[in-house]
Amino acid sequence: MQYKSQAVAKPYFIAAIGLFVGQILFGLILGAQYVLGDFLFPAIPFNVARMVHTNLLIVWLLFGFMGGAYFMIPEEAETELFSPKLALLMFWIFLVAGAATIVGYLAVPYATLAELTGNDLLETMGREFLEQPLPTKIGIVVVALVFLFNITMTVLKGKKTAIATVLLIGLWGLAVFFLFSFYNPVNVVLDKFFWWWTVHLWVEGVWELILGSFLAFVLIKTTGVDREVIEKWLYVIVTLTLITGLIGMGHHYFWIGTPEYWQWWGSIFSALEPIPFFAMTVFAFNMVNRRRREHPNRAAVLWALGVGVMAFLGAGVWGFLHTLAPVNYYTHGSQITAAHGHMSFYGAYAMLVMMMISYAMPILNGKAANSNKSQVVEMWAFWLMTIAMVFITLFLTAAGILQVWLQRVSDSPLPFMVVQEKIAIFYWAREISGVFFLIGLILYITSFFIGGDKKETA
Amino acid sequence: MASTTSAPEEAPHSKRLPGDLAIWIFILAEMLAFAVFFSAYAFARAGNAEMFNLYQQTLNRNAGALNTLLLITGSWFVVLAVQAAHRDDNKGVSRNVALGILCGAAFLAVKVFEYAEKFGAGISLSTNTFYMFYISLTFFHFMHVILGMVILTAIWLQARKGAYTSQNSHGLESGAAYWHMVDLLWIILFPLVYVMR
Repeated sequence: MQYKSQAVAKPYFIAAIGLFVGQILFGLILGAQYVLGDFLFPAIPFNVARMVHTNLLIVWLLFGFMGGAYFMIPEEAETELFSPKLALLMFWIFLVAGAATIVGYLAVPYATLAELTGNDLLETMGREFLEQPLPTKIGIVVVALVFLFNITMTVLKGKKTAIATVLLIGLWGLAVFFLFSFYNPVNVVLDKFFWWWTVHLWVEGVWELILGSFLAFVLIKTTGVDREVIEKWLYVIVTLTLITGLIGMGHHYFWIGTPEYWQWWGSIFSALEPIPFFAMTVFAFNMVNRRRREHPNRAAVLWALGVGVMAFLGAGVWGFLHTLAPVNYYTHGSQITAAHGHMSFYGAYAMLVMMMISYAMPILNGKAANSNKSQVVEMWAFWLMTIAMVFITLFLTAAGILQVWLQRVSDSPLPFMVVQEKIAIFYWAREISGVFFLIGLILYITSFFIGGDKKETA
Repeated sequence: MASTTSAPEEAPHSKRLPGDLAIWIFILAEMLAFAVFFSAYAFARAGNAEMFNLYQQTLNRNAGALNTLLLITGSWFVVLAVQAAHRDDNKGVSRNVALGILCGAAFLAVKVFEYAEKFGAGISLSTNTFYMFYISLTFFHFMHVILGMVILTAIWLQARKGAYTSQNSHGLESGAAYWHMVDLLWIILFPLVYVMR
């Protein structure tokens, strides 16, 4: 570890992995509820499980991003963190707020939670992914602002590299676009229109900058390729991301009451969204092939390559699958969307955070890389989780195609629930894949506790 | 450009890529974006050729032709600037880049005049599919002209400091390549949207 203050990243990473486990457990509950409708009812209704599953995802990724930033920024800026104490304080606030929110979801009915938390003062709840009670939302803003203050001050007093700047733009964008979660107009069209300013501009906009920046950082460290070369790629990727991602938001504006031209704008620009992801894949492989050193942390390099490939497949290819307006007319809100959502979040962001953890954790523990044994287990975990996710995606895609066909395209369309029963076999297959994913995750966690040969000190 | 002026230290027919590889990747991505847009136009037109032909008549073809001339002239100046750099003619570089920027500015002025006429008549993105494409395509290109001018301006500032020589014309060539792309796109866009029927 080059800078002492980088150590604050560790609790963030541990919390991220802990919440990740929670997300997967609730994913398995949800998956079971798809086929066994009253599973765990009334203790955990489907809507609550879904909310917990998606909210935990967002929160653990945020923990991962923050941890990653705290680890990376001192090294890039070549100076200690502005205030490690503030970073630790924010960690506890965020963790407690996050845990309290999840307990709230599970302990009381959602409507009661809304009443208890002052939703009538400013109505922000009840919208997909932005279900958090008002105090949690305000907490997120406070934590994000203090976090941004902390890392921005660090960069200001130190070196300003392109990689750090891109990360700062991404993180500031993350905070700014979250503010739209407080805007909840009565007009449903406007509501949906601006709801996407948080949801889309996060995952298909500013988060991609965080992705590019983290990836560039780990590639510089593990391959030893010139910073100049890596930064040039980063500029190209960032530009492509912003142009395709910002206007590509139009692909959410097809059927919500917006003018028709969005069907063209959305289709054309979002069809181009795979390009930056493709560039990232080429970037990762190119840099690794041109490596000037053999980094002892082979697991981190594997994650970096994995991010490139899986983000391109999940976000790029599976996104393109249903992004054109005439296709989306039929597939909108079907299991195709779920397939895309699973692989893109895993490929682009879950793997990204695991890449960062994989690279940083050994260093935080005072060595350049984990023991060979530990890395082998971690790589097994990589393959198990990744292949399980590929299967989850394939089964959901199959379910989605059948669903669209039977329920929407066919000459004699069947009712929703009838179709759900007909495609149940795919939900079972998905659930089994999910169990394998959990095994992969357990292996991943196990890898942290494997010591083994004691060499390779940093 | 097969320049006849001597470029010292450089084989006359070397396979060297002018400009930076990154800018070429960027240019290819940009051209792909426009290609998708052009294809969408062709696709939409095929289903409704009569309507497209009807409203195409309302476009100001003279303004379009004038703009074509302006961009080609601008590209020519930029070629002269690159040649000047290869001759180590500093003054020539900044003068020609400035003239290129001027052509771009004139293009924008003509375009604004054209837009004012159309928007003044109450035409918008929602009027019909033809106007939707006319406005989207030309505006998307308009933004590229502005970006091209920003790049040329950065180059002009560098050129005044004498940054580009026969030994080092990398940055200039990168910007020039981008500017030629802006020109090339218009050369396709103009006949496609204004003239072809």
